Amino acid sequence: MTYDATFRVWRGDDEEGEFADYTVPVNEGEVVLDIIHRIQATQQPDLAVRWNCKAGKCGSCSAEVNGKPRLLCMTRMSTFLDTETITVTPLRTFPIIKDLVTDVSFNYEKARKVPSFTPPPGLEPGDYRMQQIDVERSQEFRKCIECFLCQNTCHVLRDHEENKPKFSGPRFLMRIAELDMHPLDTLDRKKAAQDEHGLGYCNITKCCTEVCPEHIKITDNALIPLKERVIDEKYDPLLALGRVFRKDKAKKG
Amino acid sequence: MTETQQDIERHQYDVVVIGAGGAGLRAAIEARSQGKRTAIICKSLFGKAHTVMAEGGMAAAMGNVNSHDNWQVHFRDTMRGGKFMNNWRMAELHAQESPARAWELESWGALFDRTPDGKISQRNFGGHEYPRLAHVGDRTGLEMIRTLQQEVVALQQADARDLGDYEAMIKVFPECTITQLLLDGPEDDRRIAGAFGYWRESGSFVLFEAPAVVISTGGIGKSFKVTSNSWEGTGDGLGLALRAGATLLNMEFVQFHPTGMVWPLSVKGILVTESVRGDGGVLKNSEGRRFMFDYIPDVFKAQYATTEEEGDRWYTDPENNRRPPELLPRDEVARAINSEVKAGRGSPHGGVFLDVASRLSAEVIRKKLPSMYHQFMELAGVDITKEAMEVGPTCHYVMGGIEVDPDNGATPAVPGLFSAGEAAGGMHGSNRLGGNSLSDLVVFGRRAGLGAAHYVTELDAEGSRPRVAEADIARAQQADLVPLETDAGENPYELHQDLQQTMNDLVGIIRNADELRRALERIAELKQRAKRISVTGGRRYNPGWHVALDLKNMLLVSESIARAALERQESRGGHTRDDFPKMDPKWRRVNLICSLAADGGISIRRQPLPQIPDRLLALFDRVELTKYLTAEELSHLPEENQQ
Repeated sequence: MTYDATFRVWRGDDEEGEFADYTVPVNEGEVVLDIIHRIQATQQPDLAVRWNCKAGKCGSCSAEVNGKPRLLCMTRMSTFLDTETITVTPLRTFPIIKDLVTDVSFNYEKARKVPSFTPPPGLEPGDYRMQQIDVERSQEFRKCIECFLCQNTCHVLRDHEENKPKFSGPRFLMRIAELDMHPLDTLDRKKAAQDEHGLGYCNITKCCTEVCPEHIKITDNALIPLKERVIDEKYDPLLALGRVFRKDKAKKG
Repeated sequence: MTETQQDIERHQYDVVVIGAGGAGLRAAIEARSQGKRTAIICKSLFGKAHTVMAEGGMAAAMGNVNSHDNWQVHFRDTMRGGKFMNNWRMAELHAQESPARAWELESWGALFDRTPDGKISQRNFGGHEYPRLAHVGDRTGLEMIRTLQQEVVALQQADARDLGDYEAMIKVFPECTITQLLLDGPEDDRRIAGAFGYWRESGSFVLFEAPAVVISTGGIGKSFKVTSNSWEGTGDGLGLALRAGATLLNMEFVQFHPTGMVWPLSVKGILVTESVRGDGGVLKNSEGRRFMFDYIPDVFKAQYATTEEEGDRWYTDPENNRRPPELLPRDEVARAINSEVKAGRGSPHGGVFLDVASRLSAEVIRKKLPSMYHQFMELAGVDITKEAMEVGPTCHYVMGGIEVDPDNGATPAVPGLFSAGEAAGGMHGSNRLGGNSLSDLVVFGRRAGLGAAHYVTELDAEGSRPRVAEADIARAQQADLVPLETDAGENPYELHQDLQQTMNDLVGIIRNADELRRALERIAELKQRAKRISVTGGRRYNPGWHVALDLKNMLLVSESIARAALERQESRGGHTRDDFPKMDPKWRRVNLICSLAADGGISIRRQPLPQIPDRLLALFDRVELTKYLTAEELSHLPEENQQ
C-alpha cells in the first residue's frame, strides 16, 4: 500500500523563496497534511505549516494543492496518481509569512467592520423565540469555519490588491447576509453592504461556493439574496418599507 | 538575533488570559466587562481553539424539551457521571448557572436549533436523565467559539466608538505562545507578575506585565498517540501552573471517548460525536450483537433498559421506558468496547460498529449529523447513511487539572493565578458527561474572569502591583533558546512520538502498577533526552522549535498522570486499574495533588475531598449513596436519606 510520492513545496516568504522537492512515503488513507508532517518530522523540521484539528473543523490548514485552494487535512492522497508530482503552495491572496503560512489578518480587520448582532432593545436573554425554519438560513452561513479559501479564490481580491480596502470578500458579505437574515437582528445592513463592503464588486462567478469545504452555497444563498435586497431597497421604497414591516412581524411571531 | 532585554516587546495589562477557547474568551469578556484591560493570548489564530471541535452540545437544564428538568437533576447526573468524585460546589454552580450562560450566548447572536415553540432545542446525551443539550446540529462548539469571538469583536467595536481604539480595553494576541509565568515576592509568598512568551510568526519574545493571569489552555491529549485533540492540546497551562508553584488535582482521570474513528490510520482518534447514539445509533460487535446490554454496571442497573425493545421505545416514550445502555457514561462505554475488541469480536480495523444507517433514514442522518456524514464521506470514503462506522476509544479529555477555588477559579497556592475550563480540575470528578464541557467553559470562564477582575481591584486598592524581575526575563529567554543553540541532539518530533507511544501503551485506558512504573521510567529517560533536543532553522515560524518547547509541558503532564494513576489503587471513571478493578469508597475521599518538586520531578500528596453538604446529599436516595459512600459517611447521612 505504501509508495513514494514526489512533493514540491514552496519554501520562503514574500520577498524570496523557491520550490523544494521531497520524496516521501505515503500510506493508505493519508491526506496531504500527513505528508507535509512527514516531511517536517523526517526531512525539514522547520517547514512552516498552519494546522490545528486535522479534521476539517477549524479551517487552519488552508493552502493550494496543485493550484487549487484546499484544506490540506481534507485532501486525500488517493485523489492523486502515484506518479503525480504534488505541488503545495501558500494561499496566493495573502502575504506569505513563511513557507505555507500566510498573513490572514486582512480577514480579521474586515470582521471588525461588520456591526455585531443587534437584538431589539429590552429583549431579555431567555425570552428569545425563533422558529427553526427562520433560523435555518443564517445557520447555513454559521457553518463557516473561516478557512478563508473563499477569500483566497475570489478574483476581486486575488488578482487586484487595490480592491482590498473597498471589498470585504465573500466571507464577510456572507456574514452581513447572515445577520440580515437573523430573525431578531434590528439593523438595516443593506446600505453598508453596498457602500462599505463592496457588494457591487461581486459578479457572482461562484468561485467562492466551489471552494467552500463546508459546502455552503455562498453565492446562491447569501450573496445573490443580499444583492436582491439591496436593489429592492435602492429602487423601490415601498417594497423596502414592506420588508421592514415583514421583518417586524416575523419578530412578533 | 537574540534581542537585548531592553528590546523585548512589553505590554501592560490588568488581566492576561492564556488560551482563547470557550473558557478563555468568556473569562476575557467578563474581565473586560468589569473594566479591566484584558489581553487574550492564543497559540493559534483567533477562533481556531479546540472548542471548535465540540460537536454534541452544551448541557443546561432549561427544561425546554422536558419540563421535569431542573438544576437539581442536572447536578445529580453530573455527580453520578463523575462517580461522586466531583467537587460538589463546582457541580452545583455549573448546574445552576449553565442555563443563563446558554441564553447569554443567544443574546450575543448564537443560533441554536429550536423547539416547535421557538425555544432552544435540547437533545439526549449519555448520562443525562432528560434531553438537555442545547445544540446546532453536530457543530455546537463552532457555534460557541464563533459567538464568543464575535462578542469580543462587539466589545472592541464599542471601545472604538467610545475610546477611539478597537484595542483600548481588549486585545487578541494570535499565534503567540506563553512559555513561562513570572512571579514576584519572597520565596514563600510569590504572586503573579506577568507572563513571557514568543510570537510564532517572528520568533521574537514578548513580555506581558500583569497582576492576574487566567489559564484556559484546555487539554493534554497530544501526550497520547490516539487522541481527538487538536495540535494545541499539549497541556501548556498545566505545565506553566506547575512551574509557577500551583498544584494539579486528580490527574489520573483521563477520559477516553468511546467513539473515535479507527480507520484510515491517518485519522485514527478523530471524534465521532456521542449524538450519533443520542439520536438512535447503536453499537454492535462483529457478531451483530448490541453488546452494551452485557455491560450495564450495578450502579446504573436501575436507570438503563435491559432489552433492546425497551431501549428502542425510550427514544419516543422516555416517560415509560429506560434509556438504552449505549447512552451509559463514556467511561463505561469505552471499557465495554475495549473488552469486545480484546475478546476478538471487533471490527476489521480493531474497533466495533456504530450503526445509524439501519436506524434512521438517510435524510434524517444528513440533517441531524451533517458533520459526521461529511467526515466519514471525505476522510474514510464511508457513507454513514448506508454503512456502519467503525469506532474505538480515543483520548479525549482530562478531568484532572489545575486545583482551583470553585467560586472564582483562583489557584490556592499562587495569588493572581486563575484557571477555568478543561485546564482546571474538579468539576467533573472521575468522568465527565458529554455536554458538560461546553457549559463548564462558559460558567467557570465567566467566574474566573470575575475572580481575576476582583483580585486586581483589591490589589490596586492596596496600592502596589507585583513587578517582573529583569533576571527572570533573562532566564525565561535563555531557557527558550536552548533547543536552537544545541547542535546535533535529539529530534523533537521523534521524542514527541516516543512519549505518545509510551502514554498509549502504558498509561492508557486499562492500567496496572507494573506498566505505570515502566511508564515513569520511560518518562524519566525522555526527560533526559529532552534536555538535548536540538532544532535547525531560525526562530521565524519554526514548528520544530515549537514542539521542543511544548514538550516540556507534555512531559510534566504525562508524569503527573502516570504518578497519580500509580497512586490511586482503585478503578473509578477515567481511571481503570486491572490490578484494582473495584471502586473503593475509601478512595473516593482522597484527592491526589501533584506539584513540582525541587528536582524537577512530580511529587504527589493526598488531600481530603471536600464533603458534600447534606442539602445536596438529600437529592439522592440512600440505596444509591451506599454504592459510593463509606459506612462511616453513611452513618452520618441526614434524615432525608435515612429511609
